[in-house]
Amino acid sequence: MALLQISEPGQSAAPHQHKLAVGIDLGTTNSLVATVRSGLSSVLVDDDGHALLPSVVRYLPNGNIDVGYSAQAAQSQDPANTIISAKRFMGRGLKDIDVTLQPYHFVDNDNEMLQIETRAGIKSPIEVSAEILKTLKQRAEKSFGLEENSSELVGAVITVPAYFDDAQRQATKDAARLAGLNVLRLLNEPTAAAVAYGLDNAAEGTYVIYDLGGGTFDISILKLSKGVFEVLATNGDSALGGDDFDRRIFCWILEQSQCKPVNAQDTRLLLTKAREAKEWLTDHASAQITSMLSTGELVNVTLSTKQFNELTQTLVAKTLSPTKKALRDAGLNIEDIKGIVLVGGATRMPQIRLAVADFFKQSPLTNLDPDKIVALGAAIQANTLAGNKSGADLLLLDVIPLSLGLETMGGLVEKIIPRNATLPIARAQEFTTFKDGQTAMSIHVLQGERELVSDCRSLAQFELRGIPPMVAGAARIRVTFTVDADGLLSVSAREIASNVEANIVVKPSYGLSEEQILAMLKSGFSGADADKQARALAEAKVDAQSLLEAIKNALEKDGHLLNNQEKQQIKAKIDALQANIHAGAGDANSGAIIEATEALNTATEDFAARRMDIGVSRALAGKNLDSLEI
Amino acid sequence: MNYFELFKLPQTFSLDVATLESNYRKIQSESHPDRFVTASSAEKLASMQTATIANEAYQTLKSPGLRAAYLLSLQGVTAIDEKNNQMPADFLMQQMEWREAIEDAENARDVSTLQNLLDEIGSAGKNLQESLKSQFQRHHLSEVTESTRKLIFMDKVRADIVKSIEKLD
Repeated sequence: MALLQISEPGQSAAPHQHKLAVGIDLGTTNSLVATVRSGLSSVLVDDDGHALLPSVVRYLPNGNIDVGYSAQAAQSQDPANTIISAKRFMGRGLKDIDVTLQPYHFVDNDNEMLQIETRAGIKSPIEVSAEILKTLKQRAEKSFGLEENSSELVGAVITVPAYFDDAQRQATKDAARLAGLNVLRLLNEPTAAAVAYGLDNAAEGTYVIYDLGGGTFDISILKLSKGVFEVLATNGDSALGGDDFDRRIFCWILEQSQCKPVNAQDTRLLLTKAREAKEWLTDHASAQITSMLSTGELVNVTLSTKQFNELTQTLVAKTLSPTKKALRDAGLNIEDIKGIVLVGGATRMPQIRLAVADFFKQSPLTNLDPDKIVALGAAIQANTLAGNKSGADLLLLDVIPLSLGLETMGGLVEKIIPRNATLPIARAQEFTTFKDGQTAMSIHVLQGERELVSDCRSLAQFELRGIPPMVAGAARIRVTFTVDADGLLSVSAREIASNVEANIVVKPSYGLSEEQILAMLKSGFSGADADKQARALAEAKVDAQSLLEAIKNALEKDGHLLNNQEKQQIKAKIDALQANIHAGAGDANSGAIIEATEALNTATEDFAARRMDIGVSRALAGKNLDSLEI
Repeated sequence: MNYFELFKLPQTFSLDVATLESNYRKIQSESHPDRFVTASSAEKLASMQTATIANEAYQTLKSPGLRAAYLLSLQGVTAIDEKNNQMPADFLMQQMEWREAIEDAENARDVSTLQNLLDEIGSAGKNLQESLKSQFQRHHLSEVTESTRKLIFMDKVRADIVKSIEKLD
């Protein structure tokens, strides 16, 4: 079908052209970027041919920022300004983390996300992660032959641990925004791995993804059937990973060599030695650890596989309890599991493989690179989301990892949305006032499985205001919780009797406010106001044109769902938007274009709902065109 | 939106779970937000609404207890009502016995007894579902209401046992 191309000279918007999108695995230890080219998912490499980018950011004395191998190499010399494993701090306060062995100057923000004081100023984990994402974005742009910040890169799918809570997810999305990436979707790491494994092996049946990364552990159970990846249950530990195995070795080294507590430099040095020993033990029976400390003390010890296994057996056992929970939540036994896919570099450790094989009574599958599988799966999903038709009709049905609830009397939590509910999900709860004339109400949203407020994560405190004054108990306030496909929560409230939309003041406990993000974005963009305006105008035009294209397609396909009057109304909004886009250079105004885009969107809401109903009936009638192709 | 109509299924308690599952997947294939990432915000909204309802409807019809309660609600009967939760004395006795057994096993840290209880209540639930089928066929609303309540209570007890097992794990 020929489609009208609405594009300005110099802007290519050919609808059938392959859209460029990437999948990013933002890892604790290493990060990767991948894309689908000619139908194949592949990891993009840097100029030196490296696929992995160490997730290490160093703020240099000259004001520059180093990311990756060079930063990693400098970590022992400059530990306070070289941030490693920033992912462990995402969406976390100082009281949530173990600060021992951390060389940083932390800034405690009471109930907000922690920050780190560096020579380049105070940095939040979001800013540190944004530097890693920027580096990967530049790698992708270069590999596609694009200019920096080109609109040709449609967007990215960023992976997060399945067990990340709302605050950690929000922080990841904020980091991507700060890096100038359009986030197509936050995708759970084990789900991404399942996609890569499932498509590569044409797998059908129930699979377990066991994902032990540098700092996080996830277990997900998925049912794979004809391109549909349905997560049945997920569980995990967002503070357990390969790093913890390094620490066990580190403590053992200190004990063995009877060292006094060591300084930050030596801590980093010995942790690096510990990591090397851990990796060495994957293929060898023992590892020799030799190091000269800054005090002049010589460390020289030998660690055997047997000793290493003993040191870390409690960590290995810690992965099995979430595994049991996930199986129980899915209502399955180990006999129901067709295969176990290992993901994450830490699953190379033989004791992990043995423990998994022993628990499931079958050998785990290891035919895909555990470091790359997540990025490869994310790229496949990014390709699909960007609108590129791929051979397989891919559908991912994911779940919320942790229950959402509200604080009730006595510091208890009442669950509103249970863990492992399929996304998207919405649940409403009604409240009433307990005093005459009460016009405001405070609501505390929590995430977690425990019964006490103090044992759950505080996500946000909402203040409902503008409730019409009534006698106690007469007001009916309906609060709706919606969790979208990214696993992110939003809340809306309405007083039913008077139909007043309550005024919600959202105070995210762990996340950036809109103002903070804008301030960071502003400080990131150097340049005159005129540049910013030009950029805003270009962005508004791109958005407007993609909407015009989408609506044109919809009208061609389903125009018969509208009567003449309705068609005329939509046509009028299309004309108004086009007039705004094509306004002369001096008159072009991003605000007017955004307004006209909004108006067109609103005018097509009914049409969109009718198309959705028709699409659904068509699917159930078995006359789906897509299904005829298979 | 009637959940049975949404999935193009006959409005009965003894529904075909395989068809429910396959129709649910077909609806999600059409309506899931992943299909509308680059679409207009009007279409995103329609997608979000339909996918959310499909999820809610699927979870409701998949669980026998919730399905029975939903069928009753279509008849204007509220199965679980805070003001009216009458249960026959023998079922109340049975419930108390289960609760005591859970507590004892939890105190004794006896996971296998908890597991056995879970299985026992599970098979009692299956039997109750069979009775419900015929009660629904006979349109015996008061019997249906009582069985539905029992089924939902048994689901709650099972959820509590799972919680206890998790605590001991």
